[in-house]
Amino acid sequence: MTFTIPIDNGDSVKTAEADSQRTLYPYVTGTSIVAIKYKDGVLMASDMGGSYGSTLRYKNIERMKAIGKHSLLGASGEISDFQEILRYLDELVLNDNMWDDGNSLGPKEVHNYLTRVMYNRRNKFNPLWNTLVLGGVKNGESYLGMVSMIGVSFEDNHVATGFGNHLARPILRDEWHADLSFEDGVKLLEKCMRVLLYRDRSAINKLQIAKITEEGVTVSQPYSLKTFWEFKAFNNPTAGAEGSW
Amino acid sequence: MFRNQYDTDVTTWSPTGRLFQVEYAMEAVKQGSAAIGLRSRSHVVLACVNKAQSELSSHQKKIFKVDDHIGVAIAGLTADGRVLSRYMRSEAINHSFTYESPLPVGRLVVHLADKAQVCTQRSWKRPYGVGLLVGGLDESGAHLYYNCPSGNYFEYQAFAIGSRSQAAKTYLERRFESFGDSSREDLIKDAILAVRETLQGETLKSSLCTVSVLGVGEPFHFLDQETIQKVIDTFEKVAEDEEGEAGEGDAEAAAAPAEQGGGGAGDQDVAPMEM
Repeated sequence: MTFTIPIDNGDSVKTAEADSQRTLYPYVTGTSIVAIKYKDGVLMASDMGGSYGSTLRYKNIERMKAIGKHSLLGASGEISDFQEILRYLDELVLNDNMWDDGNSLGPKEVHNYLTRVMYNRRNKFNPLWNTLVLGGVKNGESYLGMVSMIGVSFEDNHVATGFGNHLARPILRDEWHADLSFEDGVKLLEKCMRVLLYRDRSAINKLQIAKITEEGVTVSQPYSLKTFWEFKAFNNPTAGAEGSW
Repeated sequence: MFRNQYDTDVTTWSPTGRLFQVEYAMEAVKQGSAAIGLRSRSHVVLACVNKAQSELSSHQKKIFKVDDHIGVAIAGLTADGRVLSRYMRSEAINHSFTYESPLPVGRLVVHLADKAQVCTQRSWKRPYGVGLLVGGLDESGAHLYYNCPSGNYFEYQAFAIGSRSQAAKTYLERRFESFGDSSREDLIKDAILAVRETLQGETLKSSLCTVSVLGVGEPFHFLDQETIQKVIDTFEKVAEDEEGEAGEGDAEAAAAPAEQGGGGAGDQDVAPMEM
């Protein structure tokens, strides 16, 4: 963008240097996050890939992190912006703990804080290029919400980011129901992640599932899904049209 | 306390380690008309005496809603109290906006105390001349705090500040152990009885006091005159006394046959800048 925006903060117009500091496009990105509420809390799944454009460059990125005692944050989009958000939240949780007064930030508070941050950055034309999923449990109540890079924010029983919205949500709309057991929840998430693995080119076959309940957060060890490639149509794909690829 | 050479500004210590300006500010609190607060596990009641400057004027507002779950009663320089209430409202609403969650009262009083402390350590400022009884809820239940001009704050089961508050405090000291498990109604009754103590013989009528309640599941609100009068009626002997009260000018029905020492304004030595 070459036009300058008059911003009322003392200087009337941003200088060229300040302009180059604003986010224009993402570089290293994570793909979908899928999350559902279940009987004891929230389950969230993500793969461990960090793409550099069309290259699947990094294969050990943890895109889900525990926040405080009651929340779990998953992010897709620019990984460095996710790390920046984790630093903001670190400070928030630290200050909350320093009060040491029996009050603590719950998932709703963290979600709203993030909404404010994302929306404010969007208003300055310098977004944090992420779609965030915030899940948690506090005082027996499960919470699951999402914030996008432009500050759109809402709660639901099941959420997904990026491709997950198109591939996973339809499955969840059909098959999610209240009070899923842990096993059923994991099976459902794996079903969604498998579809994403087949159809999303930025997905890799190394995923983690995180669980948050009243007791706390656990993030599983990375594992991979079984896939099936022996469909007849894949065996000799150009049989019907020699020379195509 | 008498005038001395160390009391000119707030940033001068006395040789005995006192800041006299801060102590003088606390005197201003004692001159204000009484404010009382008490709490149970789930509710907080704030009550105050309505004192008008003269027969012609209305009484000053001394209890403020800070948020649905926090209220404050003040004694001392009402102007200072108003400014601090506005600060508290601002803190509460900013927190609500960012976190969509009510600001825990315990954190608000710390902000308030830190703000008061600043005024005790700047040579170009003066301490706030108002004491605040802050009642509110947080995750651990109902709380009552007292913030004073020195920047200190204390948590109480029940407390009274302002003129003749000692009488109320004595009453509260006798009864506070039962407040934790009190019902909402009993708590209100105790608050009004404590107010009565500060009136020292003057007839207790609903027009003389303001009472506010907040609690778990009950947002902060004032009790109307009728409700207060009903509570008064349960313990005052009802005698049909149509005589208009000197200094009040309204003819509220139930008035106990008590001596009215010097009409409504018993303390003529009230400083002009307060109530």
